[in-house]
Amino acid sequence: MSLTSDHVKRVAKLARLGLTDAETTETLTQLNSILDLVDQMQRINTKDVVPLAHPLELKQTLRADEVTEMDQREKFQNTAPQADDGLYLVPRVVE
Amino acid sequence: MSDITDLSFSELKKMLQKKSLSSTEITTAFLDRIESLNPELNTFITITRDEAMQSAKNADKAISRGTATAYTGIPIAHKDLFCTDGVLTTCGSKILSNFVAPYDAHVVSRCKAAGLVSLGKLNMDEFAMGSSNENSYFGPVRNPWDKTRVPGGSSGGSAAAVAAKLTPLATATDTGGSIRQPAAFTGTSGLKPTYGRVSRFGMIAYASSLDQGGLIAHTAEDLAHGLGLIAGHDSRDSTSAELPVPDYTEVLSDSLAGKVIGLPKQFFDANLNTAMRNAMDAVLDVLKSLGATTVEISLNHVAEAIPAYYVIAPAEASSNLSRFDGVRFGYRADKPTDVLDLYERSRSEGFGSEVKRRILIGTYALSEGYYDAYYKKAQQIRRLIRDDFNRALASCDLIFGPSTPSTAFGIGEKNSDPVSMYLEDIYTVATNLAGLPGGSFQAPLVNGLPTGYQLTGPAFGESIILNAAYQVQTATDWHRLNPGGL
Repeated sequence: MSLTSDHVKRVAKLARLGLTDAETTETLTQLNSILDLVDQMQRINTKDVVPLAHPLELKQTLRADEVTEMDQREKFQNTAPQADDGLYLVPRVVE
Repeated sequence: MSDITDLSFSELKKMLQKKSLSSTEITTAFLDRIESLNPELNTFITITRDEAMQSAKNADKAISRGTATAYTGIPIAHKDLFCTDGVLTTCGSKILSNFVAPYDAHVVSRCKAAGLVSLGKLNMDEFAMGSSNENSYFGPVRNPWDKTRVPGGSSGGSAAAVAAKLTPLATATDTGGSIRQPAAFTGTSGLKPTYGRVSRFGMIAYASSLDQGGLIAHTAEDLAHGLGLIAGHDSRDSTSAELPVPDYTEVLSDSLAGKVIGLPKQFFDANLNTAMRNAMDAVLDVLKSLGATTVEISLNHVAEAIPAYYVIAPAEASSNLSRFDGVRFGYRADKPTDVLDLYERSRSEGFGSEVKRRILIGTYALSEGYYDAYYKKAQQIRRLIRDDFNRALASCDLIFGPSTPSTAFGIGEKNSDPVSMYLEDIYTVATNLAGLPGGSFQAPLVNGLPTGYQLTGPAFGESIILNAAYQVQTATDWHRLNPGGL
């Protein structure tokens, strides 16, 4: 199935990626060629095949319910573009 | 004696143990070579000279005090996808171009604990998405064998740095071939361990069910030493396997007599060009002369590995990369008008075009109404591929094939057509979908350029791969060939 530029715009919105009109057109062509490649999957009959989410199907282990993480807020917030008094600053969200 | 930088990781280990060389001498030699060759090759994004000289000094003290490990003082360099505490960690992206990691990846802390000296951070395709290293915000890496050609990717900086003898060992990662393909293009040895063998803690995620950290070096013996250092359980990665780590160097000298090598008929069909086939046949002749036998096997769904990969990996990437929002770390767009504008512009300006393409494909594949046709279908094919490998490995010890369809291609040759770039990984991707270990090792040159053969083993069978490659390297000198003109 082929994408339209409306699909691309909608998906870009979902992915929080702003695309210019020129980028949308270029992306449309490329995504359609990738989907043509991906569509080769359809030649395989996968009826009743259980999907494999993870290669090794390892058991998830549980750890003891103990506090192991230290408070490193200041260290981590040092890498933020804008932080103040322990808070990340963003443009106003609620009017 | 040859130059210090000509020595392999294992040879440097011996020199340090014999006290024939100090870590300061070794580290200085590599740093000097980096400074002279890196401007042209562009393998390093960050060179940590001061930190390296300080660790070398500490290493020499530890050696003279007798508190050193077997590896203290040997240099290494890290792919810029591994977080390094206090050192710039960019993942090849503008969006992380100012990110100084606040902690060490598990792999990095294991290397530090062993006393290895880190020389710096290596160039790569942005977020490990690419097969040519042309997708780096910091510019393409040049192949030391021919500077008009790519070194492969995504671990192109790691492979080119080892090939150019700027470091004896480099960390790397492999999601669909990102260790094995560049190793093949640069005449180096590269190992992608079994999924779960090496902790992913502190590795910047691309596709979490496929990503695996590994190594690139000159020889299988070097890889055996390095893997022993970085493998093992880590409670901070819930997919890290709780299995003992063998001494990978112990089995290197085992005989290959009686070993059965499987040759997938799908890898040796008419699509494999004659020069590559001849190179592969030369390696097979050596394996046979060492006592191994071959058997034809079939990987029935291997042709669908690339299509399935380009659903699964982008789907996981679209989720993993949602954390780059311009709020908590990394690049933020200037003067955002509102929070949506902040997200959209930070991401659009911060990500390169291949990363955006994969985020869009992944978002589409996971969006309402398309899940069954794409994501579920891809996961069903993933099971068929894994079952093919398990069946094949019941009748052989190792699976053999070419690592790549050809030798290194030219810079700019494939980057306008994403699909032709994706097909570069045609021999490597299936291994990741199955979670199995795979290595690429030096095969004969074709037209003066390196080629690589690939060995895939059973889950946690890295020893068998390294044993076979070591035996081939003992019988041949393909791994000793060097790029001229550096």
